Formats: sequence, C-alpha cells, structure tokens
Amino acid sequence: MMISIGDLTKRYGPVTALDHLSFEIQPGIVGLVGANGAGKSTLIKILLGLLPATSGRAHVLGLDVTTEGPQIRQRVGYMPEHDCLPADVSATDFVLHLARMSGLPMSAARERTADTLRHVGLYEERYRAIGGYSTGMKQRVKLAQALVHDPGMLLLDEPTNGLDPAGRDQMLELLRRIGTDFGIPMLVTSHLLGELEQICDHVVVVDGGRLLRSSATADVTSASRIIAVEVDERADELAAVLRSGGLTVHPAGRQLEIELLGDATYDAVRDAVANLGLGLLRMERRRHRMAEIFRVDPSLAYGEGSPDGVAR
Amino acid sequence: MASPAETPHELGVIHDIGFRHYTGPRLGRDYLLRSLYGESLKGAYGLGRSAKSKVLPFLLLAVMVLPALIIAVVAGATNADKLPVAYSRYAINLSVVISVYLASQSPASVSRDLRFRVMPLYFSRPLSRNDYVLAKFAAMASALFIVMGTPLLVLYVGALLDKLSFWTQTRGFVGALIGISLLSALLSAIGLLIASITPKRGFGVAAVITVLILLSLVSASLQQVALNRNNDSLSGYFGLISPFGLVDSVQAWVLSEHRPRGTVPPGATGGVVALFVTLAVIATCYSLLILRYRKVSAS
Repeated sequence: MMISIGDLTKRYGPVTALDHLSFEIQPGIVGLVGANGAGKSTLIKILLGLLPATSGRAHVLGLDVTTEGPQIRQRVGYMPEHDCLPADVSATDFVLHLARMSGLPMSAARERTADTLRHVGLYEERYRAIGGYSTGMKQRVKLAQALVHDPGMLLLDEPTNGLDPAGRDQMLELLRRIGTDFGIPMLVTSHLLGELEQICDHVVVVDGGRLLRSSATADVTSASRIIAVEVDERADELAAVLRSGGLTVHPAGRQLEIELLGDATYDAVRDAVANLGLGLLRMERRRHRMAEIFRVDPSLAYGEGSPDGVAR
Repeated sequence: MASPAETPHELGVIHDIGFRHYTGPRLGRDYLLRSLYGESLKGAYGLGRSAKSKVLPFLLLAVMVLPALIIAVVAGATNADKLPVAYSRYAINLSVVISVYLASQSPASVSRDLRFRVMPLYFSRPLSRNDYVLAKFAAMASALFIVMGTPLLVLYVGALLDKLSFWTQTRGFVGALIGISLLSALLSAIGLLIASITPKRGFGVAAVITVLILLSLVSASLQQVALNRNNDSLSGYFGLISPFGLVDSVQAWVLSEHRPRGTVPPGATGGVVALFVTLAVIATCYSLLILRYRKVSAS
C-alpha cells in the first residue's frame, strides 16, 4: 500500500481542512484532484510528517506519519506548488546540495544530479543561475530535486501549475515516464481533472476536505462502445458506405464515431476505407473522459460521505 | 559507471537512457549537518554563488588583512621589539568592518532561504529544524572567525619573521583566538536572529547594522557620561552594552591585559560578569532563533 489514510481529520481552529478522510491506494501514478482550498496541500504536509493531524491515522510506504516522519522524509521526494528555488545558484549546484541533504555521499550526489537533470530535460542551462530560467525550466529543477535521491515515492504538488499548454504536456509526459519507465510511484495533485486522466492509474477526488471519490482511472475512463475514425478526405462518402453496411455512424467534427459491434466492425471500416482509396489517419476506441463522467453523474458531485469509499 | 552520461544529445530532446536506481548508503544526521554547514560557510564568501556575491566578502576580508600586513612589515622594517597593536585589540579596532561583514552575510545566509521559500525543501528532508539552525549558526560563526582570524595569523607570522619573542607572540595570538571565537559566536547569534525575522535581504542588512551601531553608540555615550562623573567602574560596566566591548572585557580579564580607564569593568568581578553576560546573550539569541524556526511554515 503506497498511502493508507483512515478517518483523517485536520482542523485549523474553526476551519476544517480535512474531514474524516479515508482511502487506500496501491503504488502507481495517483492523482489527487480538488479545487484550490480542498485540502490537497494540507494532506501532503501530513503525509510528509510535517503537520500533525487532529485525529485519524495515515501511513506512507507502510510508515506511520506521526512517529516515523524522518524515515518517510528520507524515502519520499517532495515538489512544492510554489517557487522554492534561490535565484543566485545554478541548477547543478542547488540540486547537488539537496541531494546531499537527502543523505547521498558527495560522489553519488554528483553523479545522480547530472543524471537527474538530464532526465528532466535540462542540459547546458543547468550551469547557469536559476534566476534566469523560464517557468518550465524551474518546474523541471523542482522535479529534479524531488527525484535526485531516488525516492520510494514522489509527492508532487501541482507540478503543471503556471505552465503553458505545451509545457503542461511535456511535464505530464515526464511524470508518466517517471511513473512507468522509472517505476517510481507518485501522488500528483491538480485542480484540473482533465490533465490527470492522461497519466493516472488512480484518481482521488476531494472537496472541502472530504472524499468525493477514490477509484482506478481504468474504471472511470473504461473503453466505450464507440470507435473514432479519421480519414484524410471524403469522410461523408465513407459514412455512407458504412451505413449501408448496417453500422451506426455519427459525424463528430473531422472524425466519424462508429458504434462498435464486435471485431468485425474494425474489419468493415478497414475494407471500406481501402475500397474508397482513402488514407486512414486514425482508428481508435473511444475512452470516456473523466470530466464527462463527473459532469453527467450528479450523485458524484456533493454526495454525503464517499460514494464508493475505499477503492481497490 | 557514468558512461551513459556521455551519450551525445540534442538540445531539448529527452533521450531514454534509462533510470538507474540508487542502492548506496543514505547518510545520517552528522552528514546532513556537515553538508549544510559546508554549503553555508562557502555561501558566506559567495562561493558557489554569483560573481557579484563574492565581491563584498572578499573585499572586507582584504580590508581586514591589509592593516595587519602593513603593521607586520613596518614592525620588521623598524626593528620594533613588539607589535604596535595587541592581538586581542585588532578585531575590536576593526569592529566597523566586522559589523559590515555580519550585516551583509547573515541575511545572505538565512533571509535568502526564507525569501526564496527554500525551507520546505529542507523540511521535507530528514534534517530537523533545530539542526538547520545549528548548521547555519556554526557556519556563520566560522565565517566570522575566518574574517577575524586571518589578519591575526598574518600578524603572528609577520611577528615571527621579524624575530620577536616567540612565547610572548604565541601567548598573545592564542589568547586573541579565544577572544575572537567568543566574538564570532556572539555576533553570529545576534546577526542570524535579526536576519531570520525578515525574508527581505535589504531589511536584514539595515537591521543588523543599525542594531550593532546603536549598541556601540549607546554604550559609548553612557560611558562618557559616567567618565564625566569620574565613575570609572560604572563606565566599565556600560562597556558591556556593545558586543565588541563585552568580549573585550572578557579578554582583558582572561588575558590580564591593561585597558584605558573606564573601558572595561574592573577586576575579577567585572571579568566574570562580562563572561556571564556574553554566554547569556549567546544562549538567549540562539534559543530565540530555535523558536523562530519552529514558526517557519513548511510550505
């Protein structure tokens, strides 16, 4: 179990930041979604053992946050939401220093700093002072310092914050690589559900400190009975041919949405495209988008307690 | 082992050269303290920072060393039988330079981490808040010790080259090293405490220099008033208000050195009081610094 939380409550005076939160998640790429002020950052601080919970229990990598904070902090990498980089040092010097502050001996720290900065996509510029970096580069340095000591788990607070769409996609791809290729599990927070569905195995949704949903992305965005097809030209002719073959076809922008009856449907589309001499640009099975699901199912919006409680 | 690191790359393209997991040792508290101490000590001289941040510390170090060099050379050229200035008085005479160094470097050490919000990165690692304070304090004290100790070393080596009495010189030199150790700890505790209150570097610099100058001014004025009333003893005790006067009072007592009338509190009682006040101020400021870092947010 990567993270296990039971009845976790945190109050700041009269304000309740976390309200009897319970969930358990297996290692993987886990999204923690909620609006600003939903309690995401509070939860991360509790998981790091930096903030005592008012009541309840929480375990990270099997370690108790109340008694084993130092051990957790040695094994976890944390990327804060806000700026946290001094302007007057180079990325190399800064990440090297923080690698040592995680207990890595000098030679290992040097080697891993160079490796990690390359993995996050910083090359020659890593010798320049951080003050001159773009937001995208700074986010990469922040990620590098969380990754440099090869943590057993990453806690990433809004890693795509402040990035333009291209930078956002690059960051998400980087996180996906770290999670799947490097095999480092992570908890990623975001206030945008849409971007997390691209990379997460599991999504936890919180609002006002309460759990709205905790479930595997595969359940949420399971494959639908629709395939999307895109051809280079004469889409209407293709639609006509397919309809005459007994298939249900809806034009959707540049694409055609075709109801999937079985594997034969794929063959029918392939043959129809080939017979018309068209170029097939895309044929894929549609997935439900998570955002649609949360939108269409009102019971998920503000249900009392948790809709499906502890998932997995 | 670093061979994959040498793979040529194009700018901005992520090449999959694989991620290597780390299986080596993860060192404990002593190593973390040493690492932060070393980094902070280097930072106090601008090493590993921008070229601009090296200018002031090294300029001030040069200003500290230059008079010592001149004194040593002149003493040699004139065949003097002793140095014109006592080792223990050297740092006290250059208190302005030392104050400027403390004012410029204590905010550079602690305000910087607050301003750029680096603290969460430390707090999310195994190092404790108290250890952060300990490492920063030790680094600042060491940086001050270097600023004050280097000119003393120049004086001492110069005196030996001038063939002055080895034992007299060594005794004066070692005695002064004890004095500047105490002064380093005292000034670091005061400077870091003031600097840690503000994340703004400029405010930190101004606050530290103002406090040091104010303490010296108040001390000197009160001493003057007491001297005008021929109360030498009271005047001596007023000297304890300034950190430099405080440590000089300890030195005068411990090293049995003579000071002009009314500058230090009289006799063994005066010495003991001075030492006690010095240690109490260090302990108080250090404790307040610890309390201050309890309050620093982890995010």
